[in-house]
Amino acid sequence: MPNMSLKKNEMPVQDPMVRNGNFLEVALGYTEEQAVNEAERCLNCKNKPCVGGCPVAIDIPAFIMKIKERDFEGAYQIIAKSSALPAVCGRVCPQETQCESKCVRGIKGEPVAIGRLERFVADWHNAHATEKPQKPESNGHKCAIIGAGPSGLTCAGDLAKMGYEVTIFEALHLAGGVLVYGIPEFRLPKKIVADEIENLKALGVKVETNVVIGRTIEIDELFEMGYESVFIGSGAGLPNFMNIPGENLKGVYSANEFLTRVNLMKSYRKGSDTPIKDCKNVAVVGGGNVAMDAARSAKRLGAENVYIVYRRGMSELPARKEEVEHAEEEGIIFKTLTNPVEILGDEHKLVTGMKCVEMELGEPDASGRRRPIVKPDSEFVIDVDCVIMSIGTSPNPLIRNTTKGLDTNKWGCLIADENGLTSREGIYAGGDAVTGAATVILAMGAGKTAAKAMDEYIRSKN
Amino acid sequence: MYKILRKEVLNPTVTLMDVYAPLVAKKAEPGQFIILRVDENGERIPLTVADFDREAGTITIIFQIVGSTTEKLNHLNEGDYIHDFVGPLGVPSHTEGLKKVAVVGGGVGCAIAYPIAKKLHNLGCEVHTIIGFRNKDLVILEDEFTAVSDVLELMTDDGSHGTKGLVTNALLGLIEEGHNYDQVIAIGPLVMMKFVCQLTKQYGIPTVVSMNPIMIDGTGMCGGCRLTVGGQTKFACVDGPDFDGHLVDFDEAIERSSMYRGFERQKHEETCNLFKKEVQ
Repeated sequence: MPNMSLKKNEMPVQDPMVRNGNFLEVALGYTEEQAVNEAERCLNCKNKPCVGGCPVAIDIPAFIMKIKERDFEGAYQIIAKSSALPAVCGRVCPQETQCESKCVRGIKGEPVAIGRLERFVADWHNAHATEKPQKPESNGHKCAIIGAGPSGLTCAGDLAKMGYEVTIFEALHLAGGVLVYGIPEFRLPKKIVADEIENLKALGVKVETNVVIGRTIEIDELFEMGYESVFIGSGAGLPNFMNIPGENLKGVYSANEFLTRVNLMKSYRKGSDTPIKDCKNVAVVGGGNVAMDAARSAKRLGAENVYIVYRRGMSELPARKEEVEHAEEEGIIFKTLTNPVEILGDEHKLVTGMKCVEMELGEPDASGRRRPIVKPDSEFVIDVDCVIMSIGTSPNPLIRNTTKGLDTNKWGCLIADENGLTSREGIYAGGDAVTGAATVILAMGAGKTAAKAMDEYIRSKN
Repeated sequence: MYKILRKEVLNPTVTLMDVYAPLVAKKAEPGQFIILRVDENGERIPLTVADFDREAGTITIIFQIVGSTTEKLNHLNEGDYIHDFVGPLGVPSHTEGLKKVAVVGGGVGCAIAYPIAKKLHNLGCEVHTIIGFRNKDLVILEDEFTAVSDVLELMTDDGSHGTKGLVTNALLGLIEEGHNYDQVIAIGPLVMMKFVCQLTKQYGIPTVVSMNPIMIDGTGMCGGCRLTVGGQTKFACVDGPDFDGHLVDFDEAIERSSMYRGFERQKHEETCNLFKKEVQ
C-alpha cells in the first residue's frame, strides 16, 4: 500500500535567520527514513508520465522503487544511466515545471518529491561509493569539448563512456562553468561539483583549464591537432546591462561579476585576495534564479536591506518558486512592479540610490506575459549603495568571430539542429551557447544528444 | 602551472619575468594581455604582454609592485611556478599602414609601449618615443627603446635623468617642431593618458590609448572592466584594451580604478608583514 499522504516529506533546512548569515548549504537533505517514506508515495505508474518531463529521461519510477527497497546504490545506477550530474540536478533542476509537474500524485496534493529523492540517492552514493569509475578501453578517436559547464561535462562523460579520448578546454582556472562561478555555495556546494569532475577524470576525460578557445587556440586548429569532432558548450556568459544613466558608477555590478567574485574567487571568505564592496543596502534588478542567488549572497555578505527590483508582479517572477520562498524567508524585500530608470551617485561616483518608476501590467505581449507599463508620475528613489544587474546574459562572440562558417541567429546564439549539429561539419553545440540563458538540465540534455550524434558522425567517417 | 624561466629586477618597484606558456606565446601580439593567479587562492590580475618568444615558448611580463598580488608575484623566483596564466586576451594593437608614430610611455606603461614601438620599427615606421618616469632610479627599458626609436625623449619629474618635465612637454615640443604624426600611442597612468589626449586633440592627431581597468575573467564575462567610450559602454577585455583616446571618459575610468583602493592597501600591508615574518 503506497503512502497516501497528500504532502511531500518536508526538506530539512537551516533556519532562515541563521542561514542568511552563512554560506553553508540551505537544504540539508533527506534522511534514509524520509527518503524511503517519500519513495512510498510513488504509485509506480505504468506509463511513467514523469519521465516525459525529464530532459534527460531518467527512469524515475525505477530508481524510486529501488529506494523503497533500500537499494540506494541500485537507485544511483539507474539515474547514472541517464544523468552525468545527479547530485547537481537534484539540487538545481526546476523539477516543479519538469518531472514533478507530470506526477499523478500532483493532481490531488503534492507530487512525489522526485528532485529531493534524486539528491538523496546521489549524496548517498557519493558518501558510500568506494570504487572510482573505470576508464573504458579507448577506441582511438579524439573529441574536443569547449567549456567545462553542464553541457560540456555531460557530453564529455558520455563520449568517454563510449571509449573516446576526450579533452575539455576551459577558459577559467577551474572546471564547472556556471556551477562554480554562478550558483552559490549555499545552493550547490562546490565540493559536489569537484567530485563530479573527479569522476569524469577517472573515466579518462582530460581537463585543460586556462585555454580560451578563439584566442589561445582556434577551433580549426583543434581539427589540425587530431580532434575529429568538437562540441561547443561555451555558455551565455556576456552580461546585459539596462543602458540607463549611472550604470558605470562604483557599486554597480553585473550579477555575473558579483557572483563570480563571491563564488569562484571566494570573496565571501575572510582573507580572500579578491575584494567585494561592503554594502549596506543592495538592489538586485531582475527576477530570475540568478537574481535570487545574487540577493541571497548579498544578504549573507552582511547587507542590511536587500531588494529584488522587478518590473512585473510576484506571480510573474521567472525564478523557481522554492528560490523565491527561500529568499523571502531570509528577509529579501521584493519590490515588484518597479523598474529602475537611473542610478544615482555622489561626487566620488559611488552609488547612493536608484531612481525607479512604478509599473502596472497591461495586455499580454508576444511572450504571453502581461506587458509592464509605466505608471505616470510614479518616480521614487530607493536608498541603496549597491546595484546588481541581473537581467540576463548573451553568448560570448569570441568563438563565432574566430570560426569561419559558424552560423548564429540575431541574438548571437549558435544555430544547431535537433542533434546539436552546427552549420559546420563535425562541430556540434549545445546549452546556453545555442539557447541563450536557460537551465542546467536543458544544457545537460543538449550535451547528451550531441554526444550521440558525434559518435555517429565519427563512426560514419571511419 | 607555468614556470618562471627568467626574473630581472628592472628597478626597486618594477620586475620582469619570462614565463613558459607556449600556447600563449604562439598567438600573442603586441597590445594583448594575459591574466594570472599567483597561487591557488589568488586573485586574477591582468598584465599586458611586454614581449614574447614563439620559439622559446615564453611570454615576458613586466609589473609594478603595487598590491598584494604583485608583491607575492615578486617573491617568486626563477624556477618557481605561477599557478594560472591565460591568454592572449584582448584585441592586438593596430600597426598596419602607419608611417610616423609618436609612442608615449609613462612609468611601467613603458613595458607595454615597448613591444608596440618595436613592432612599428620592424615594419619600417618612423618611431618617435617619449618615455617618462618619476626619477632616474625608476627608469626602465632605456636601451631597448633606444634601439627601436628614431627619436627618443626621456623625461623625469625631477630631472635626475634625461630632461626635467612631463611627457606632454616633450610631445608638445616635437609637434611644435613640425613633426606630423599619423598617430600617437599613449600608454601609462590614466592621468598621463588623459593629458596626452587633451594635447593631441588640439592638434587633431589620432591617439590610441591602452586601458588596464579592474577585471576578473578577461573574456567578457564579468563586465567589471567597462568604460565609456564615445558615450557607449565598452568592455576593455574584449573590445580593447586599445581605444580611441579622444573618446575615452578618463574621469570615469580614474574613479572606477579606485573602487577597491582601501582593500588593496590593507591587503598589501598584510602581505608585506607576512613576508617580513618569514624573513625573521
